[in-house]
Amino acid sequence: MTDARTNGSSDVTTTVLGADEIILNMGPQHPSTHGVLRVKLKLDGERVVDSECIIGYLHRGVEKIAEHRSYAQFAPYVDRMDYVAAVSNGLGYCEAVEKLLGAEAPPRTRVVRTILTELQRIASHLLWLGTHALDIGALTPVFYCFREREEILKIFEKYCGARLTTHAFRIGGLQYETYDGFEEEVKRFCEDFAQKIDEYETLLTENRIWVGRTKGVGILNAADAIALGVTGPVLRASGVKWDLRKAQPYAAYDQYEFEIPTRPTGDTYDRYLVRMEEMRQSRRICLQAVENIPTGPIMAKVGKVLKPPPGEVYHSIEAPKGELGYYIVSDGTTQPYRVRVRPPSFINLQAFDKMARGSLVADVVAIIGTIDIVLGEVDR
Amino acid sequence: MANDPSEKVPPSNPPKDKAEGAPVSPKPAAPAAAAPPKPATPPPPKAVTPAPGPLDNELVQRLKARFGEAIHEATLDRKQAIVLIAADKLRDIARYCRDEEKFDMLTDLTAVDWPKRERRFDIILNLYSFAKNERLRLKAHAAENEPVPSSVEIWPAANWLERECYDMFGIGFEGHPDLKRILLPDEWEGHPLRKDYDILKQDTAWVRENLGIESGQ
Repeated sequence: MTDARTNGSSDVTTTVLGADEIILNMGPQHPSTHGVLRVKLKLDGERVVDSECIIGYLHRGVEKIAEHRSYAQFAPYVDRMDYVAAVSNGLGYCEAVEKLLGAEAPPRTRVVRTILTELQRIASHLLWLGTHALDIGALTPVFYCFREREEILKIFEKYCGARLTTHAFRIGGLQYETYDGFEEEVKRFCEDFAQKIDEYETLLTENRIWVGRTKGVGILNAADAIALGVTGPVLRASGVKWDLRKAQPYAAYDQYEFEIPTRPTGDTYDRYLVRMEEMRQSRRICLQAVENIPTGPIMAKVGKVLKPPPGEVYHSIEAPKGELGYYIVSDGTTQPYRVRVRPPSFINLQAFDKMARGSLVADVVAIIGTIDIVLGEVDR
Repeated sequence: MANDPSEKVPPSNPPKDKAEGAPVSPKPAAPAAAAPPKPATPPPPKAVTPAPGPLDNELVQRLKARFGEAIHEATLDRKQAIVLIAADKLRDIARYCRDEEKFDMLTDLTAVDWPKRERRFDIILNLYSFAKNERLRLKAHAAENEPVPSSVEIWPAANWLERECYDMFGIGFEGHPDLKRILLPDEWEGHPLRKDYDILKQDTAWVRENLGIESGQ
């Protein structure tokens, strides 16, 4: 961490500093910023007075690339945005293009998609839990989390050969038929996993240090959360019971029973509890879904060359980090005229300043962790 | 293909590929009858795709009664409501949508470039109402260098979204508290998501100066 007064023309650095105030630069290579996020903090002693996030270090121009690829060619690129939840990214994109085409995925596809996406949500939350705990100083959970995450990645690997950037789905259906023993493996994982979540909770939920470091830290109330467009677990921890899987169901979510966990105060501890409960609910959805996977084709008839009629569509899903939306404009050719991604991490990160003001420098690390951002998605 | 941007409704040349199914004829916006669950049965999915059609529901009527000429057009595309409005009335309409129509969340704000059109940019505000569980897309046309009213005071979420729009398209938002680039470096030349910004193009001078490398392109 170095002094950043020499750098640039941002509002934080150009404002007049009080007698006891300093500017502290955090990142972009700081390990607890989860990638290349740079934060400029204006401090009065240990208190954060003002902050500014500087992003774009991972900008690859995904939206521009989309305009120069066919609809099918662009599908693997979306995996590289939120690279710890590639399956969810793919689901959102494939469903958006299907909507644009007027095609509908067959029932078998929808159920398999639901299972894989929920497993991905668990994997994403596990990665979040491990690293978030590590940031705050709890060294143990990360090993436990990666142990279970590995099981999920093995299922992905057996299904499509890839662990991270899976490209699991195709526009109109699935890339592959499920492998022999898929149902049993998912079931076994889910049955064991219930006890594993309890295990994590014994490490953290009543741990005095954990509670001390998270309770009352980075509070975001419901009104601010909505005004800032925050979605996902961060919104639910502020007491808003809203989940796209229930509000505007997609894939096969309307067939399954699950709860939307919420918490009242919107602090870091509540966000932790919401995500823990979400993992339980995801497990519940998976168990219901593997019980009864319909038989039938895995691809709808969409044609080899995808040429959606002119027009536009917005489709969004509940990704592990919040509402992931795709706004696609077609001009009737084989390439999209415009693809806009509504990235949950980018928009949730905007609430960082609100959460961080008035907190201690040490809590900044907890707040960055609790928003659960992936810089690949923030910068695209 | 995308290098040759066309007008909003490009000439719909009938697809030559037979696998494409029925030709894209401008059908009335028949509500997409749920495609058959088993794709083996006809008709092929393409046949049920609704073309954009006019929209006239209570919300649109209320908007028209209140803002008159500023509401240019309302369409329904893929069952989604789109209202084309006058750019200079954007802030009033946005505030009305938030306060009276309960569209309390700005889900997304973005733009689309149609360089051959007189006013080349579409500004798109994607709104969501928790109370109604409904989405509404506001669209406004803006010419190059024409300032568009900022929505930051209505939805703080618009702050970064408008900065991104400015960064990628060069659209100026009037009343934005701190309009500057967000993803690209401050000194970058050009706005990459404009259609006349080639995909191979980049700010070579910036790259040479700041990264110390010659661009491989």
